[in-house]
Amino acid sequence: MIARRGESNAGASDGTSVAADDAVLVDGSRIAVLGGGPAGSFFAYFLLDMAARVDVRLELDIYEPRTFAQPGPTGCNMCGGIVSETLVQNLAADGVFLSGEVIQRGIDSYMLHTDVGSVRISTPHAEARIGAVHRGGGPRDVTEPRWESFDGHLLARALGVGANLIGSRVEEVGLVDGRPSIRVHGQEPRRYDLAVVATGVNTSLLKALEGLGIGYRRPSLTKTLIREYHVGAEAIRTSLGTSMHVFLLNIPRLEFAALIPKGDYVTMCLLGEEIDNALGDAFATSKEVRAVMPPGWEPEARSCQCIPHINVRGVEKPYADRVVFIGDSGVTRLYKDGIGAAYRTAKAAARTALFEGVSEAAFGRYFMPVCRSIRGDNRIGEVAFRLTRLAQRLRILRRAILAITIEEQVRGRRPRLSSILWDMFSGSAPYGDIFTRMVHPALLWRGLLAMPGALVGRTASTLHERSTGG
Amino acid sequence: MDGTAVLGRIYADGETVARQGDVGDCMYVVQDGEVEIVAEHDGHETVLRSAGRNEILGEMAIFEHRPRSATIRARGTARILTLDKRNFLRRINEDPSLAFRMIETMSHRVRDLSAEVVELEERLRAAGALVR
Repeated sequence: MIARRGESNAGASDGTSVAADDAVLVDGSRIAVLGGGPAGSFFAYFLLDMAARVDVRLELDIYEPRTFAQPGPTGCNMCGGIVSETLVQNLAADGVFLSGEVIQRGIDSYMLHTDVGSVRISTPHAEARIGAVHRGGGPRDVTEPRWESFDGHLLARALGVGANLIGSRVEEVGLVDGRPSIRVHGQEPRRYDLAVVATGVNTSLLKALEGLGIGYRRPSLTKTLIREYHVGAEAIRTSLGTSMHVFLLNIPRLEFAALIPKGDYVTMCLLGEEIDNALGDAFATSKEVRAVMPPGWEPEARSCQCIPHINVRGVEKPYADRVVFIGDSGVTRLYKDGIGAAYRTAKAAARTALFEGVSEAAFGRYFMPVCRSIRGDNRIGEVAFRLTRLAQRLRILRRAILAITIEEQVRGRRPRLSSILWDMFSGSAPYGDIFTRMVHPALLWRGLLAMPGALVGRTASTLHERSTGG
Repeated sequence: MDGTAVLGRIYADGETVARQGDVGDCMYVVQDGEVEIVAEHDGHETVLRSAGRNEILGEMAIFEHRPRSATIRARGTARILTLDKRNFLRRINEDPSLAFRMIETMSHRVRDLSAEVVELEERLRAAGALVR
């Protein structure tokens, strides 16, 4: 489906190229990417990289008004800042190197904390396979640039392969003769052959896009709570270490909670129903959190906090003729690995646009299967998270989970439950795969055997000490 | 080499990353430092080449069910990230472009090997001429 300039009627008066087959990208085709977060930058980078391989020269503008290099939260994209195990490996295979300037901490293990004890789950190969990053210039109290923002790093890569950055806020998106038209403040509208929407969900632009009449409906949203605490590198080294700490606590409305160590900061990340400050405080002041954080840490002394929206049910139709929605604006993974979902949808959109065309039919046939796969997997994920919620409410279940995991981690038994917990927390495997392992007869049998001990309350302190070396 | 703000595992100078003859289920990407690829034959070691940051190694194990053809060993302190075979092949199934860089790497190696064969032949020819 790739056409050459000679096959197209390039140089049309409106500044866009018109191909022989009207909906394919050819030399000189113009692409607009709305949003320079991971989804937008991944799309730009991979599209231009693949186009260069097949000798097609494209013009690509990324619209991003924020500066990620600026210290403080101005350029922050409001997320926990975890680059999953799978994404780390995919990026390494793609040649996208993440240096120590970008990675704030390499995560080599998970610590699962419950009210009945804790257990460490180590990564396969005993290596740091998960990256903790700052999406922007860091929390509110950062005044000088001290690291490279993850989003800024990806944007720089996209600019490095030829993308142009337009640092103005988009005021209007329209369709003129079926082609996207984009206007920024004080300028004439620019027309494009393809518009890629990668704005995330915390923007009013999506409402305007609903009004285009292309069948796009904004996704269902929920809220997450993120807090940053300045703790200091040495205090982190001696307390949280290189583990991500996840909590199964019976706190009303709390579904999932994690503490993520970074360079000097600890990011607290909560998921739950009707999430608010009170829920954040209830978690932060719990004895389990205090036991993990360094001595003298004060839950009130946070550097900053945000309660952004997240996409929990993907868009039904994240594409139209010459328009495609990627990352959070379209379909993303339930609760986990949003950056990984941005990578997958961005690459699928880039492959489709370059090799199959930019028509609605092309996106429906080649881009949508990836979105459908993520959406289908999310449905299984909902069931898996319901089981996790059940464990949060039933102490006997928490005791059994802890006992089995400790047996696996300390005595080296086949890590059936450990691998499930690892993949649930890290977002490293599809939910379908995790669920299949959850209902494996061998694990259910192991659970049954653990029940008598859980009933009489054996686990907590002794097993905790055995598993953590404490 | 900072041990916390990094990905992968740190290997000490001379430490083996993968051993010749072992059946591999992963490949490696050098994150920092340098490694050498060594072939062992009849008790003798031949250093085939070295590799540095961002280079892919051990990729033959991803596609072949055969023992590793050489040993990978750290030269100085090196940091290496492991890429799982199963995860990688599953991803290639969804996203074939993930294999672009690996094919490029293998293509470069074939080109380098061809150049080495030519060079060796020329050396042999020159040596033969000297003997005559």
